[in-house]
Amino acid sequence: MSNILLSFRHVWFGYRRDRPPVLNDVTFDLKAGRILAIVGPNGAGKTTLLSLALGWQRAWRGEVELAGRPLEKYSRAERGRWLALTPQSEHTPFDYTVLEYVLMGRAPHLPPLGMPTAADYAIALRAVEQVGLAALAERPVPQLSGGERQLMLLARAIAQQPKLLLLDEPTAHLDLHNKAQLIRIMRELRSQGCTLLMTNHEPEVVLAVADDVLLMEAGQPPQFGPLESVFTEAALSRIYRLPIRLVQVDGRLQVLWT
Amino acid sequence: MSEAALQALVRCTGRRQQLIGLLAAATILVFILSLFLGRYPAPGLLDWSRLGEDELATRLVLNLRLPRLIAALLLGMTLSATGMVFQLLFSNPLVEPGFLGVSQGAAFGAAFAIVLLGGTAFVTQLSAIGFALLGLGFSYFLARRLRYGGWVLRLVLAGIAVSALFSAGVGLLKYMADPLTQLPEITFWLLGSLASITWDKLLGVVVPVSASLFVLWLFRWRLNVLSLNEETAFSLGAAPGRERLLLIVAAVLPTALLISISGMVGWVGLIVPNFTRRILAADTRFGLPATMLIGGVFVMLCDNLARTLLPGEIPLGIFTSLFGAVAFLGLMTLQQYRTKS
Repeated sequence: MSNILLSFRHVWFGYRRDRPPVLNDVTFDLKAGRILAIVGPNGAGKTTLLSLALGWQRAWRGEVELAGRPLEKYSRAERGRWLALTPQSEHTPFDYTVLEYVLMGRAPHLPPLGMPTAADYAIALRAVEQVGLAALAERPVPQLSGGERQLMLLARAIAQQPKLLLLDEPTAHLDLHNKAQLIRIMRELRSQGCTLLMTNHEPEVVLAVADDVLLMEAGQPPQFGPLESVFTEAALSRIYRLPIRLVQVDGRLQVLWT
Repeated sequence: MSEAALQALVRCTGRRQQLIGLLAAATILVFILSLFLGRYPAPGLLDWSRLGEDELATRLVLNLRLPRLIAALLLGMTLSATGMVFQLLFSNPLVEPGFLGVSQGAAFGAAFAIVLLGGTAFVTQLSAIGFALLGLGFSYFLARRLRYGGWVLRLVLAGIAVSALFSAGVGLLKYMADPLTQLPEITFWLLGSLASITWDKLLGVVVPVSASLFVLWLFRWRLNVLSLNEETAFSLGAAPGRERLLLIVAAVLPTALLISISGMVGWVGLIVPNFTRRILAADTRFGLPATMLIGGVFVMLCDNLARTLLPGEIPLGIFTSLFGAVAFLGLMTLQQYRTKS
């Protein structure tokens, strides 16, 4: 019980009261040091679930607890030190350098109107290096490619030194090289004791890193469990309404479809 | 982590701080020189040794130029700081300080007082402040009521609508105004001028203006975080709604107070922050203090021209718009001009 980091207990949520809820009776326990992938078709409520895990949205009914304490009991800065979010994309009209941008991840560790110190710069630089953007540290953000931006958003979350990292479609803009890089970083973070919760559309990424899976279907309570027991041909075929096969290639599971 | 990289970084931060120190020194220098610049007894710099002997010169410097210069400095600092804060909070580099109905509200208030309330200086000022704040409140209220888009977009749309309503009102008042007495007064107010600044007028606004600037300065790094989208700022431990509202009020209040004594002074709040970002950094930790100083120097210099170029007074807004627009075009065509350090 003690090593459960995030738990959802019969959580219901919707954006409008006069519409059917987006999340229907979501229940799961995420243990510390594991990677949970939220899988499901578009519109199933995956990103919404991240918003609730972040505390940005409040459940209609049910409990969201972080380390055994209701999420809303955390102060803002405290919550910022526990949780970090890597959004899918972010609009940046100003010429921040990559490092200046990543440095913002230090905000919850500073006093309310404090300035980042040399130690904060060092942490931010290390995060930039960890995602492989060291050569671009002084580059203005608008000059980055989509994939580089996504890695930079990840670096900002790493600089935040969270215990639970929320990732919204982290591989969406990445090419194969960067995808492999991201998988390596996620494993690295897990080995450092960080817990990860990600939404993902790409079965091969889920198969490569996830320990647990939450399988979401619009209008249905989701299924939760270890990867092997939930991420099955039958379940995937049903939620994506496509015949899907899982095959072993060189000792690794691969997904075949169409 | 490479030690060399960190060293380079610390040097870069130090260099930016030095640059702000230089800007501060330049601001003081311009301030002192401007104090002696004028058309008495002859166009040019006043011989400072006359100060003790020539009573008129002493009075001129202490009672006319000094309050006017302080007003110019504060006006430049406020407009450019407000411009930068708004551009960050609304994620839009083309936003200017008065866009939430504040400028047009103040203009309407001034025109209203000139045409319908007798137009004494005090009443005009009060009316301008009142309608400027009303413009902000109305924009805010309207934004809460709109059923379209996110919060930032709603505020921008509401600001545009409220500004348009007030400018229609200004048009109507101009149409009603006596063309020989009231209309020139409205026109002059809309072009902005610091010619009528006295110690009394200045002292009425200096405390809240300085306090607001201080609040903005305190938020100089935090502002970066608040420029991110709301959910991200929240994930970084901020209270985006409350903190943004505080900053909007801290930015609008001094702007409304100063516009009420200076009239409309255009382009400062739009161009100076963009100029600062180009030459220094997007990071507002350095950008905000720098933009305040550059704005202060810019308005002091423009006001020097306004009061000394011709024997008569030229409206300040003409110079700020002229040089602002030229600098803006220059910046847009010289994209690559940005120091990396």
